[in-house]
Amino acid sequence: MTETTSTEPLVEKPATIAALRAGIASGTTKATALAEHYYARIEAHNPLLNVYLSLTKERALQQAERVDALAAKGDPLPPLAGIPLGIKDVLVTRGAPATAGSAILKGYEPPYDATSVARLQAAGAVLLGKINCDEFAMGSSNENSAYGPVRNPVDTDRVPGGSSGGSAAAVAANLAVATLGTDTGGSIRQPASFCGVVGVLPTYGRVSRYGLIAFASSLDRVGPFAGNVRDAAEILGVIAGHDASDATSSRLPVGDYVAESDKDVKGLKIGIPQEYFGEGLDPEVRAAVETGIDALRAAGCEIKPISLKHTSYAIPTYYLVATAEASANLARFDGVRYGYRSPRATNLASMYKLSREEAFGPEVKRRILLGTYALSAGYYDAYYKKAQQVRRLLAEEFLTAFAGVDAIVTPTAPTAAFKLGEKTDDPLAMYLADIYTVTASLAGICGVTVPCGATSSGLPVGMQVLATHFGEGTAFRVARAVETAQA
Amino acid sequence: MSADVSIEEVERVAELANLDLEADEKPRMQRDLNAILGYVAQLSELDTKGIEPMAQVSDLLDSIQDAGHGAELRTDALRPSLDRTAVMSQAPDTDGTFFKTPKVIER
Repeated sequence: MTETTSTEPLVEKPATIAALRAGIASGTTKATALAEHYYARIEAHNPLLNVYLSLTKERALQQAERVDALAAKGDPLPPLAGIPLGIKDVLVTRGAPATAGSAILKGYEPPYDATSVARLQAAGAVLLGKINCDEFAMGSSNENSAYGPVRNPVDTDRVPGGSSGGSAAAVAANLAVATLGTDTGGSIRQPASFCGVVGVLPTYGRVSRYGLIAFASSLDRVGPFAGNVRDAAEILGVIAGHDASDATSSRLPVGDYVAESDKDVKGLKIGIPQEYFGEGLDPEVRAAVETGIDALRAAGCEIKPISLKHTSYAIPTYYLVATAEASANLARFDGVRYGYRSPRATNLASMYKLSREEAFGPEVKRRILLGTYALSAGYYDAYYKKAQQVRRLLAEEFLTAFAGVDAIVTPTAPTAAFKLGEKTDDPLAMYLADIYTVTASLAGICGVTVPCGATSSGLPVGMQVLATHFGEGTAFRVARAVETAQA
Repeated sequence: MSADVSIEEVERVAELANLDLEADEKPRMQRDLNAILGYVAQLSELDTKGIEPMAQVSDLLDSIQDAGHGAELRTDALRPSLDRTAVMSQAPDTDGTFFKTPKVIER
């Protein structure tokens, strides 16, 4: 294993956005010095963790200088002025690489910014660089990146979770104050759990997908990771809201998520679905989540057992819907307009086939094949249409449940972080790591993963707080109560 | 819904997906597809007769709240697009104006 070049601790909680902003506004902290501090930490720890794929130092320092100039004049500062952030490499950034963790996009520099990235920049954030992830966001362990796996800062022999493992690890190791990730079937919530940070799945349509390199368009969402609930709420408030460039983006007004997260939880009804606490759940994970539930009860919440009886059908439904959409979305990688083109190609057909064969990794090919199979003549009704029908059953089951409760609390993942290589030869076992997260993805509801304890060996455990469509404020409020109880 | 994918089916699906699988990849993909489709087969236990397929979350939301998902189309108006030079700089092969590919029609 590569050794870290620093004697500083690997796991370090970032300072809060509020504290950093106050320091920059008063002149006790310079945004440029803060950015340099983060680049020094990245230089020390990135060789071991493999979090950052590329750094955007010139862009970052220019932004930091603008913030310092504003602060020096005593001008009002935008909400994220000088806050150092990292961006998952599936979001495009003008003039900086965007690889999606794939060899097919090696060296590609997009000519525009994703809407979420542009909004962070406009809010004064300092974008440090692009962060490693599973290839095209396909994976549950961050071992499918063409640029090597990310290591979990809590235990470097273990995975950080996937596919936004790099974005979770960056916050856990304080290589960014907060980061953006994407969640298609659990890719923000599960790595947040494995790394002991806060991760947010916004409601489908709450954050624009413009500039997100698509995996499964009806499921993909952009959301933040942060060291605490308030910071995650603050970042979501900046990136959320209607965008004319994304036809699925919602026109509903964006709430004040920070104020919502500060509200008392007394009197809230919390549903506990029995199906999420059965066979396959690690006893230590169960114990930590139950501690979190006890904290909510002590804070005055009413805890209600509920049933979501179709839960066991979520994984097969998800993998049919997601791979079908992926097979269509990834058709655009054909070696014509951007990315890799095979030098062995002699005609147009061989250019398509060889470019894709040579540059896609095995998990991406597996999912393209599965999706193409499920959509092909003779199988469409039996697989894809069936999955869409079960998707409706799963979604309606949540709507029924939310008629009786304000939030639903579950474990985020059945286990704590597993070892690198432990599941790489068994795709089905890997897919089951998403068993508690995919249902919310299919239903389009929102959720927050918040740390709720640790195993006896010190591995973090996350609790998943789910709320109904556009109920982010409630999810933050419940998550904050769990966080506060541990402080 | 039964899972028994043959090597020939793997080859057919790879052809549809524009993937030129290596010889040693085919049996591995066959094994994995059969394992995954075998697991997926449990969906056939559910009676879904008469249930409308749900392709998008908006299918659900529009009936319960005015979420405004895709309700209005953009104005059909001219506006600047991406800069051609920047786009072409990322192409595998270009003459500066167009993308170049191998011949589409061969004589």
